[in-house]
Parts: sequence; structure tokens; C-alpha cells
Amino acid sequence: MADMTAGNYTGPAGTEGAAGTLTTADGKPLKAALNAAQSKARWRAFFLVAPLLAFVLFTFVAPIGQLLQRSVHNPGFTTHTDISSGTQTPIMVGLREWFDNNPLGTEPDEAAYAALAADLVVLRELKAPGSVGTRINYERSGSRSMFTKAARRAQKLEPPFKEAMLDLDEDWADPEMWAAMRGASSAYTFNFYLAALDMTRDVNGEITQVDPKRQVYVKLFQRTLFLSLLITFVCFVLAYPIAHLLATLPLRYSNLLMIFVLLPFWTSLLVRTTSWMVLLQSQGVVNDALVGANILADENRIQMMYNQTGTIIAMVHILLPFMVLPLYSVMRPINPSYVRAARSLGATSWTAFRRIYFPQTVPGIGAGALLVFILAVGYYITPALVGGADGQLISNLIAFHMQKSLNWSLAAALASILLGGVLVLYWLYDRLIGIDNLKLG
Amino acid sequence: MTDAFVAFDRVQKSYDGETLVVKDLNLAMPKGEFLTMLGPSGSGKTTCLMMLAGFETATHGEIRLDGREINNIPPHKRGIGMVFQNYALFPHMTVGENLAFPLEVRGLGKDERETKVKRALEMVELGDFAARRPAQLSGGQQQRVALARALVFEPELVLMDEPLGALDKQLREQMQFEITNISHQLGVTVVYVTHDQTEALTMSDRVAVFEDGRIQQLAPPEDLYERPDNSFVAQFIGENNKLAGKVKSISGDIATVELANGKTTEALAVNCGDAGSDTLISIRPERVTIGGAGANVTDALVKELIYLGDHIRCRLDVHGNDEFVVKVPNSAGHEHLSVGETTKIAWAAEDARALDAL
Repeated sequence: MADMTAGNYTGPAGTEGAAGTLTTADGKPLKAALNAAQSKARWRAFFLVAPLLAFVLFTFVAPIGQLLQRSVHNPGFTTHTDISSGTQTPIMVGLREWFDNNPLGTEPDEAAYAALAADLVVLRELKAPGSVGTRINYERSGSRSMFTKAARRAQKLEPPFKEAMLDLDEDWADPEMWAAMRGASSAYTFNFYLAALDMTRDVNGEITQVDPKRQVYVKLFQRTLFLSLLITFVCFVLAYPIAHLLATLPLRYSNLLMIFVLLPFWTSLLVRTTSWMVLLQSQGVVNDALVGANILADENRIQMMYNQTGTIIAMVHILLPFMVLPLYSVMRPINPSYVRAARSLGATSWTAFRRIYFPQTVPGIGAGALLVFILAVGYYITPALVGGADGQLISNLIAFHMQKSLNWSLAAALASILLGGVLVLYWLYDRLIGIDNLKLG
Repeated sequence: MTDAFVAFDRVQKSYDGETLVVKDLNLAMPKGEFLTMLGPSGSGKTTCLMMLAGFETATHGEIRLDGREINNIPPHKRGIGMVFQNYALFPHMTVGENLAFPLEVRGLGKDERETKVKRALEMVELGDFAARRPAQLSGGQQQRVALARALVFEPELVLMDEPLGALDKQLREQMQFEITNISHQLGVTVVYVTHDQTEALTMSDRVAVFEDGRIQQLAPPEDLYERPDNSFVAQFIGENNKLAGKVKSISGDIATVELANGKTTEALAVNCGDAGSDTLISIRPERVTIGGAGANVTDALVKELIYLGDHIRCRLDVHGNDEFVVKVPNSAGHEHLSVGETTKIAWAAEDARALDAL
């Protein structure tokens, strides 16, 4: 009876057809009848989630797709888009053709300079030398002005074009310039990823490290990773006892305390961060109190702001509820009789905690740590306000490239690497602890 | 008193410093006894168990185990096995690991652990279940594992806190039998807490009836049922008919009681005080005969009849009490009663116990 499956069960309404397939009382195949009966419910369920599905597609999947695309695709040297009409015109056609016909390492000849000069004339007509120059400027600084200047005079240039160009600016012969233009001659490129990892292509197209003085991103990724791990750990150390207290107190008191934990959630992020600035600055409340209590000399005020300390303190405070809540939700249902049982079986209170209580809270620790870490890795406002120079995280640099340098492709590459890193960590977590063990509430 | 295995000596417990949950508890248990603490919820029985286990501290008094005062010994050093109401099996460990836990913290070697775990699991007939998780077991199986875990480290005293509360009736009866069997086989001393009187009566050597933080009566099950010391115990255990009255006179064991309606009746003077004091007479339904003759014959008006197969339950109006219940066996030649008729009933004076007025 117990192992009877639905397949060979013929209930009062089911009759077995001649071929052995199940049919309904009036002869329709049972499977088709079941599908028909359930399709309405399925459609209704689909329509219920459809708004969310559309929302997620538009606001999440599409932007991330665009971001990934932008990180490998930059048409700044290949296509010009007119802002008012939106028409797209291929640019630098002649030079790109020359690059296609002459392999890497070929010394630019008269034909190359001629093509460049002709293309510059076109750029001038399209009013596009600035944007093209910017694209080359990403790879080789100082190039933008060369393009604008050359384009202004391109009309008047006469053969031989090589000498004419070099008369305008010696740097037109710079192999790095030609390498940069060759790199940009295809809209699809991995150069932004190389740049995001402090690497570049040299004159011969080989991948090399950039000048140590200009290496910023790898160091910043490392710092972001380190600070996020540290913040996660500090949050865990602070949240575990609080969550335990909340979980063991009578509901009347724990609800009150829970409000204190949640209070930061209901306050504006900006208000919380700026109040930390009030507290932590060198003329701030904490320092004043220490000096006032004669614990600290006036000239030895502690620098707690505009450095990593400020970032850590403010971010721990802001992210703490994300650790407390999953821990609390895991601890609350743990019956105190487990620990009592362990004690009655001969375990000291420490052993009972370590062997019985702690393992049952691991799903909450995992969820909280993952949540805090992922939030910390991408945090932006707090480090921007209190981080100073060495408390900045990678997201601040992404914002810089989005808003100031306008190198969106590099910003996209940095963001993609960040996304990839988080996914790798998520995968690692799944391998080590198991995602099924995650318990958010 | 001093050679008792478990002893409570004038123990009191208060949680808030204002009211006593346990009032002046005195109890002595010999080794190997199966003692049940029975009482309604809030009567202090679980608190007593928790004090014995070491999870609550006594506010006053002394608790001794095997002659040693244990008031200040932490729970893990008492060596007392305990079965919890919800079993408290560790969900992240297998059955085998659960059983090995008490042995592990005692520093036993791996081989010895495995032998003992195997033996304990076989004792509760779950030999093949060592690799399962508690969540994969039925309620009855979890209960057995909890029992095995409480016994695996061979404690001399085992405490059980309403261990069968979550099981269905049939399983409960089977487990009652198994628990008594195993505890007698191993010769362990058991303190068992329950609010189920059937459980208490069928399993125990002695039952302590708790009410209002005191032991009302401590006696073997048959004494408790047949010879209750006071009205609370008479009411709490089994079915009971009560007649309120005043003691008129006492001669020897027998008290003459004047009932509320002015009639007098004779009853065994147990706990009724001197002449003139209020009393409640307690008579078990099965000790009343219909139409019989005896010392206490009286008229009874049949109010209700309930047919229960093996017997018929009659609700009668006797001496003004219309909740008087008599069980008439459905045997050959028994008398047929009908609602509204008046009949004679009788009981022996020894079966009517004059107790304290509530």
C-alpha cells in the first residue's frame, strides 16, 4: 500500500484505457485532463507574479546586462552618435582599415597618416574630435587635446601627411599613441578589464602591469575585501550576544530591546552617518569627552574620522541590524531544553554552548555574514562621507568614474569584477556551508 | 531518613520573593523506586524536578542525593539522567551521536562509546537507527531515543518531565509499559512528573500528589485511590461522590455526620476533625450498591442514565446532591432503573471517608 504510486492507481473516477494509459471517466487521457484542470491556477499564479517579474527585468536584469556589455564595448573610436538626431555615423574608417590590413608592430607609414588626416577632417565636420580624443585619453593621457588641435587644422594639411602631423605635435609619432588607437579601433575590447586590474597593453600588445605609481584598483579591491571581512567579523562579534539576549528574554522585554536594534533602520542613512561625523571628528563629542575627563591630552586627540577607523565604526553601526535579525530569528526557536539536556548529560556550560547551541545558530551566522558582507562590499555613501582618503572603497571609485571622469566602461568593468567576486564568494559559501542552510528569518 | 537515596528536606522555592511555589517539601526515596509527582499545572511538581536536576536553586532547604548535599553542585556534575517533555534530542546530530554525547563529555574511548550506544539502542529496540536524524523519527521513536540517551551513561537516578505528553493514547500506553519495564530491569531510581493520573497509577511504586506547593499525599497507587487522606486527593484521583456535612459524634473509627438536609449517615473518620467541624464525605461510585441493605441505606432519585456497554452510569439525587454517580455493572440479572424513579442505595460505612472540608 505504502509504495503504491500515482501511476498505477485507478481510483473510482479513473479507468484504465486499452493501451494501458489512464483515462478519465469519459475517456480523455488523465494527464491532459489534469493539465487542463490546473492550467487556470497556473495562469492566475503567473499573473500575480508578472508585475514583479517585469519590474525585476527592467530594473535589475536589463541594467546588469547593460553594465556587462558596457564593460567590454565602447564605440567611442568607431561610431559617432549625434546627440540631437540620434543618427549613428561610422568614424575613423580609413585608419581602422589601415589597422586591419597592417598587423600589430607595423611602423605607421604615410598611408596611415593620410588615413588619419582624412578621418580627422570627417571628425571636424561631425564636431566629434573631443569624444574620440576622450576615448584615446582613457588609455593614454594628454591625447584629447592632440585630437582637438589636429582636427582643427586637418582641413589645411597637405601631403606628406606624416611630416605635417608631426609638425602639429611630435607625439603623433609616439608608439603608445598608435597602440592606443589600434586598441580602440574595435568597439569590443577587454582593455577596460585590464585597466581595472592595473594592467595595460604595451606597444607590442603584450599585457603588462602599469607603472607602480599608478596602480590603484587592485589595492582598492584588496582593501574593500579586507574592510568588508573585518566589518562582517566585528558585526558578528557584537551581534551574537545581543541576539542571544533578545532571544532568551521574555517577549515583553525583547520587543522593547528589538526597537533599539531596529531604530537605526528607521533613521535616514545620511543622518546616521553625519551623526557619526559629529561624534568622531577631532573636535567631536568623543574626543571632547576624553580630553575633558583628562584621559587624553588636548594635542593628542584621536583621529577617528576621514580614515579607515571612521569607515569601520560607521559601517558596523549601520550594518549591525542585518546581522542581529537573522541571528535572532534562528536563536528564538531554539528551545532552552537543548542546553539543559546537554548539561544534564554531563556537559559543562561551555561544551553545551560549543557543541549544542552554536551549531544550531550556524545558519543564522551564515545568512547574517553573507548579508553584511555583500552590503559592505558595495557600500558607497558612508565611506564617501567618513572614509577620507584611505577609508575609500571600490564603490567610491566606481562612482568617481561614473560622475567625474565619465569613463563608464571602466566603471562598468570595476563593477563587473565586484559582482563576479561576490558571486564567487556566494559559490564558495554554498560549497562550504550550503545555501540550504541559509536562514534569513 | 538519612539512608534515603533522594531526599528533599524542608525545601522551599520562590521565583519572585513574594510567593512560594514550593512550600516546605519533605520527601525521601529509597534506591530503585519509581516515584511519580502528580498534580495539576502550577502545583510545583516541575519546579521540584528542576531543583533536583540542578536547573533551579532551592530558596531554602536541602536536597540530598545518595547522602550528599547537592544544592550547590552544577547540573553536569550531578550525574542525573533526564528525559524532557519535548525530548530535546539535538537536531544537528544523528541518533548515534546524540547517545554518544554524554559518553564523549565523560571522556570515554571510541570503542567503549560504540558498544554502549549499541547496547542502549538495542534496549529500546532501535538498533538500526543510529545513523538517522531525530527529525526522521516518529514521536514514539524519538521518545525512545531520549530514554536511551538518559540511560546510556548509566546514571542511578533518572528524571522524566511529562515524557509522554506529546504521544497519542495507544503509543502512550505502550511507552508506559516500556518505561516501567526498562527502569525495573536496570534498577534505576526514577522520578517521573505527570499530570495524567492513569499514567501515575499504572507506572509508579509510589505517587506524590502535589497541590499548592505541597505534597498532599505520598502513597502507593492503590492507597491513593482507595484511602485518600484528604478531599483534594479524593477529588483529583478517580471519580468521587461527595456529601457535605457536620460531624455530630465520633465513636472509635466511625463518625456520625449530619448532612445538609438534616439526615445523618455514618462514615470512616479519616481527616474530619472533632465533633462539630465541617466535613466532606467521599464515596467511590463503584462502592455503592443499588437496592442493597447496609448501614447507610438511603433514597435516591434517578436523574440520568448513560449506557457505556460494560456498565451503566447513573446520575442520582442523593441527600440533595444531584451529581451523585453510581456505576451499575451490566451483568446478568442486574436491576433496570429508569429516569425519574426512586430507588434505594447503600454503602458500607468503611467505604465512606469523612475528610476535610475544602
